[in-house]
Amino acid sequence: MKNIRIIPRLDIKGPNLVKGIHLEGLRALGKPSDFAKKYYEDGADELLLMDVVASLYDRNSLHEIISETSENVFIPITIGGGLRTLEDIKSVLRVGADKVALNTAAIKNPRLIQQAVNKFGSSTIVISIEAIKQENGDYFCFTDNGREFTGIEVIDWVRKVQELGAGEIIITSVDKEGTGKGLDEELISKVSKESSVPLIVHGGIGSKNHVKSILEYPSVDAVSAASIFHYDYVTKNTNKKTAGTEGNTEFLLSGRNVKNIETISLNDLKEFLFQNNVSVRKNK
Amino acid sequence: MKNIAIIDYGIGNLYSVLKACEFVGINAVITNDKNKITSSDAIILPGVGAFNDAMNSLNRLDLVNPIVDFSKSGKPLMGVCLGMQLLLSESEEFGSTKGLGIFEGICKKFPQINGDLKLKVPQINWNSIYPNNNNNSFKTNTPLEDIKSGEQMYFVHSYYADLVNEDEVLSKTIYGGIEYCSSISKKKIFGFQFHPEKSASEGLKIYDKFKEIINNKIE
Repeated sequence: MKNIRIIPRLDIKGPNLVKGIHLEGLRALGKPSDFAKKYYEDGADELLLMDVVASLYDRNSLHEIISETSENVFIPITIGGGLRTLEDIKSVLRVGADKVALNTAAIKNPRLIQQAVNKFGSSTIVISIEAIKQENGDYFCFTDNGREFTGIEVIDWVRKVQELGAGEIIITSVDKEGTGKGLDEELISKVSKESSVPLIVHGGIGSKNHVKSILEYPSVDAVSAASIFHYDYVTKNTNKKTAGTEGNTEFLLSGRNVKNIETISLNDLKEFLFQNNVSVRKNK
Repeated sequence: MKNIAIIDYGIGNLYSVLKACEFVGINAVITNDKNKITSSDAIILPGVGAFNDAMNSLNRLDLVNPIVDFSKSGKPLMGVCLGMQLLLSESEEFGSTKGLGIFEGICKKFPQINGDLKLKVPQINWNSIYPNNNNNSFKTNTPLEDIKSGEQMYFVHSYYADLVNEDEVLSKTIYGGIEYCSSISKKKIFGFQFHPEKSASEGLKIYDKFKEIINNKIE
């Protein structure tokens, strides 16, 4: 049986690891490379680093974070957020990224997918899809952290990006993201039926049982989650004050914002999945 | 200290290969300079992307003969991912493209369907490697010497090596019901379809053993 990959997602704003709800209302939690190293040591299968603000004028801190992270982390690292051109992609691959996740730029110019695939290989190009369910029940693609409506229906886009050669798809339910209320099963069911390339699901994971639920969808290849790991790390490491100057971890300790989140370390999650017949790579 | 060249032909993530070398104490430089490559104590041929683009780049940079000559010198050479495939005689990508021909073998594309099994292509996952011919352990004097049978490594690829000489198959892997050659070896020339530099601590062991081979601790 194939392994399910577990991929911690690290949202980055400037020098900080942040976490929001529905991709908004960001709070700084600490230094990204500290979290990345811990997750690597705990048996993460890959890491996903998303520059959620993606200011064109502040790419240096992202490059520094990638470079610092890849010094100590020997698993694949995917970088997303604000990558607009082949040159942008090259610049992050040059400092240690293995794959890139494209959303806005690919939607504005689908030919970029093809060009990037030709230049860097299909397995380097991941398409990130931010989906929001509409009143009529259809899912549509959004950009800019779920703020901009694109008018493109999710399944149409999945088919199109696969035709253009994308090597992998990450589907985020913006409706569920950060809520800890579980994955959007309807969305996953629809997308997994169409995916001929590896599919990563993201948005809503609030417990180990939510991760286990993907067993229902044999076409899902990987799960990406943030809160369950970040809050576990932060609550176990508060004495060390890992948070930077902008770090704001008091709200976590108060317990108010994590009521739906059952925190867990990667090691414990993998052990749980293994016990429950989900095939995962066991940590050394 | 030995000098190792990581061959830069414009594609692939050279940086992660360099970081893994640094981590285990291999003194490596990224270069496409013919003379530097020829005078190195060992070379690493990385690569991600399309086979024919890679061969075109190697031809354009006039690196094909230097690499083939190097492979005959007895000095260690390691190909990773596409870099392993390039060591073979040809690939079926875009019809047929000739490789470096250091090993017999042809790269074939994974089918989308194999019997009842639907395959995701590319394969992007951790998958197990096994010694060839039902052996319990990997060949000694190769970078896999310290790796256990069934160990999981990180794979990213759409094409796989087929028709490799049996005695040059170092490991096998199964994907979608297809058992294929996931690493090759002869003398001190090695090729890995998976990414040892992205396969956590077990992958770093492979770099570490390659270092010992470079330093002649293993004959």
